[in-house]
Amino acid sequence: MNLRVDSPQAAVESSTLIPHGYYRRLRWISVSAVASVSVIPLIIMTVINYHQYEEAFRIEATRPVHRLTVSAKLSMESYLSERLSALQLVNRAASIEEMRDSAELAKWLTHIKRSFGGFVDLGLIDAAGKQVSYAGPHELIGRSYQDHDWFHEVSQRGVYVSDVFLGYRDSPHFVIAVIHDTSDGTLYVLRATIDTNAIVRRLASLAGPELNDAFLINREGILQTPSRLFGEVLGQLPFQVAENPEEPGILETKDPDGKPVLVGYAAVSNTPFEVAMINRSGVYHGDWLSLRRELVSFLIVSVLLILGMVFWGATYMINRARNADSRRATLYHKMEYTNKMAAIGRLAAGVAHEINNPLSIIHQNAGLVQDLLSVSGKEPPKEKLLSLIESVLSSVDRCSAITHRLLGFARHMDVETEEIDLELLIRGVLMFLEKEASYRNLRVDVTVDEKVPTIQSDRGQLQQVFLNIINNAFAAVEEGGSIAISVRKLNDQQVAVAITDNGMGIPEQNLAHIFEPFFTTKKGAGTGLGLSITYGIIQKLGGKIEVDSHEGKGTCFTVTLPLERKQS
Amino acid sequence: MRVLMVDDEVELVNALVERLGIRDIDAVGVTNGHDALEKIYEEPFDVVVCDVKMPGLGGLDVIKKVKEKWPDLAVILLTGHGSTRDAEEGVRAGAFRYLMKPINIETLVEVLREATEAGNGRGDGQIP
Repeated sequence: MNLRVDSPQAAVESSTLIPHGYYRRLRWISVSAVASVSVIPLIIMTVINYHQYEEAFRIEATRPVHRLTVSAKLSMESYLSERLSALQLVNRAASIEEMRDSAELAKWLTHIKRSFGGFVDLGLIDAAGKQVSYAGPHELIGRSYQDHDWFHEVSQRGVYVSDVFLGYRDSPHFVIAVIHDTSDGTLYVLRATIDTNAIVRRLASLAGPELNDAFLINREGILQTPSRLFGEVLGQLPFQVAENPEEPGILETKDPDGKPVLVGYAAVSNTPFEVAMINRSGVYHGDWLSLRRELVSFLIVSVLLILGMVFWGATYMINRARNADSRRATLYHKMEYTNKMAAIGRLAAGVAHEINNPLSIIHQNAGLVQDLLSVSGKEPPKEKLLSLIESVLSSVDRCSAITHRLLGFARHMDVETEEIDLELLIRGVLMFLEKEASYRNLRVDVTVDEKVPTIQSDRGQLQQVFLNIINNAFAAVEEGGSIAISVRKLNDQQVAVAITDNGMGIPEQNLAHIFEPFFTTKKGAGTGLGLSITYGIIQKLGGKIEVDSHEGKGTCFTVTLPLERKQS
Repeated sequence: MRVLMVDDEVELVNALVERLGIRDIDAVGVTNGHDALEKIYEEPFDVVVCDVKMPGLGGLDVIKKVKEKWPDLAVILLTGHGSTRDAEEGVRAGAFRYLMKPINIETLVEVLREATEAGNGRGDGQIP
């Protein structure tokens, strides 16, 4: 079965692969995430509270205005209805002859003034619009109302309540009028002028100390009674209220001084009037502005505190993580070194034998020289002595070469990038294993594609990688087995080194775990870190490692390396 | 006493053969296991001194084959520090003793005498 593993996660290497800027990005992600889940709900809650408080303050301020406006409307309707009823009473109770007589009319005026109050004068106008009789303070008999709108309107509707107007008396007043229909079909209009001062007093008493102003307006916004804030009768209001509103309403506007005011308004039924009740909303606005300032200050201070805490917390945690990663990286580096030393240690038998042999030669050759000079009793030939000394020197060279090779492996632990000939590097690794191959009758072939260029990489790390993999290959094969190492150029950016053995292969259930730390099948003979560290180193060097294994047939590890190492 | 020296390091074999000769021990050297077995077939020896680690036939292979044919022929194994386990296995397989490299020539001579006395060799080697 052909199984391929090309990207297992080796946990130990992660700490050494953290790119530049990782912690800064992690800190900003943490700060953004925590800040958004804490600050956004706070802002939303504050905005909701802001609107709730604003609405509560508004309701608190408008409620008395609304209540008094409704009272004023009902009061005005009642007042005018009473005046109309009084006029109707005169209209029905008095004969036309009585009403045509100004003296009789004056008696009726006196009577309704006493009974109802609020009347200024009383007059009768014939169908031609001429004042027939009059009881009151002005001289109006004979005056013609033929061209007056109110006269035509009352003629058509039967009952009429006028706007405030100046009229012949040249002072603001309003009238109520009803039709008097005689038995012979002749039409008369009975008209009364209403005392607006009584209305003004009534409105003022309704407004009481709670409100600042109360007055009547008509549908066009013309003042029908004097206003403390907006001027005298017949002046124009500086704002619009709803024309003939069905329900009482509240308007927020400003008075002539630019101060905010609440205007309660309501139509007085069956009249051209609307009552307007004014309350300066300075208190409401003042309290609300104060609370609003506190709310906004609370929000700003809270957000700044949260952001500060989040930033401090994230920085603290990231620093802890960075320190932990740094410690882990140091540990990992030590582990790599230990692994390398362990790998070299596994070669100790071969190395010891390699050193023992030249040492033995030196020992025996020196002993022979001693024998020749002392034991045999005769002068040894010079050539013989020189030959033995030459043998000693060449054996010393052998020992020296082995020592240098070992040191060359042990000292390359710091990460350095240099130009590397992969063939020379691999053959250097194989020199450690030459004797073992010879004793175990192993065939080791190295084939290198002619086009393979030198690569920029780390010599010490690559030595460790190939020592680990080739050591494993040696352990996997039986006596007389073979190991093939091929180096080839993959493309303009990469080279590949394949180490193939014809050993026992890796069981399917183990294949997925071979790059995991501490995974070993050597039962005490291995640390389980070799391939895990190999994987980490190759990742660090910008390459990748793949394994292709058939149980019982052999294994092939392919290491792909970049021609130039990317600086992380 | 006739001794067969077997080691893949020819310079070591030559030096040992010559030093034993100076001590009146008739020694012959070969540099691999096959040559050693051939030599033993051809000539009588009292003791075989054989390196444990050699290309092809190693010391353990040689001792097994020797003991099959001549169980009384004494075999002394030479070993480095890295292969004492193999040497101990050789002793269990019938080796007279094993010596650690580098060997002291006087120690070797002493052990050779002991081995010759203990063993029966494979022929007519004489103790001097």
